[in-house]
Amino acid sequence: MKKIIRLLLFAGLLGVLVINIMNMPAILSVDAPSYNDSIDHYLEHGVEETGATSIISAILADYRSFDTLGETIVLFTAIIALLSVLKVGDSTRKEG
Amino acid sequence: MKDQVLKTIARIITPFIQLYGIFIILNGHISPGGGFAGGTMIGTSLILYTLVFGVDQAKRKFSEKASAFAESGGIILYILIGVIGIVVAGHFLANKGAGFDMGTPGSLWSAGMIPLLMIAIGIKVASTFITIFHTLIEVKDA
Amino acid sequence: MRQVIDVVALNVILVVFLIVCALVVERTKDLISAVIIFSAYSLMMSVLWLVLKTPDVALTEAAIGAGVTTIILIAVIGRTKRYEK
Repeated sequence: MKKIIRLLLFAGLLGVLVINIMNMPAILSVDAPSYNDSIDHYLEHGVEETGATSIISAILADYRSFDTLGETIVLFTAIIALLSVLKVGDSTRKEG
Repeated sequence: MKDQVLKTIARIITPFIQLYGIFIILNGHISPGGGFAGGTMIGTSLILYTLVFGVDQAKRKFSEKASAFAESGGIILYILIGVIGIVVAGHFLANKGAGFDMGTPGSLWSAGMIPLLMIAIGIKVASTFITIFHTLIEVKDA
Repeated sequence: MRQVIDVVALNVILVVFLIVCALVVERTKDLISAVIIFSAYSLMMSVLWLVLKTPDVALTEAAIGAGVTTIILIAVIGRTKRYEK
């Protein structure tokens, strides 16, 4: 009984998901909410403002370079956490 | 590992993987790719070396001191490039206003600070992955 | 028209493969098999990014998802147990 209820719930969720995807604007459509003025600005002025012909790199390393710094700091934090938990056999540190 | 085939193939193929990673990093501003993808490729080649030749020999090639230097060096290089922007142009990570050489769009020497940032990210990412793998694979009671 | 249908068919095949891979990863008891299936998932995801015209993300997904994640997960399994209870 519990299993049937669970399956029905998941089927309902799947139906909601499929209906929502059907109602989404198509890929690269002009009606999509992600298509706004900033895209036009990047495409028209990106090359002269940054000098990079790959617009994705221009956005990643120039317009949004502070976010990329954040990503780098995330990696740094991850490696510090890993080393502090799992590091073994550090010969340079004295006990005590 | 004692397999001669693996050793020979790994010795031949590692420089090519690293060369492709460097190509991806340096061409980040004119073609798809960039610091993250290229740095991951270089890290993967070092992981392949570790898998075939063992941790001890790999640590002789890429020691913990070098790893610590690359870890901090990448991120410090990134922040220093940003600080140049503060000093010259007045805001953090300024590109054109900070007087970086813009060059001709489409050539290798162009786009001001973007290749420098890509190199910094590449160093950081490659060193991060190889350090994670070395730390995970080391035996506890060595 | 023919080309559009081909692209849609490729999308459907890739997405169905992705869903099957995700379900199988959850069902597998042998964790190393699960990691290898997950790497196949990442590879298919990378092809799907290429179909969606984002070569940057495809490159990063192929390098990180199919390469490094697999190796790191296997290293982690080496420090714990291989079979799920």
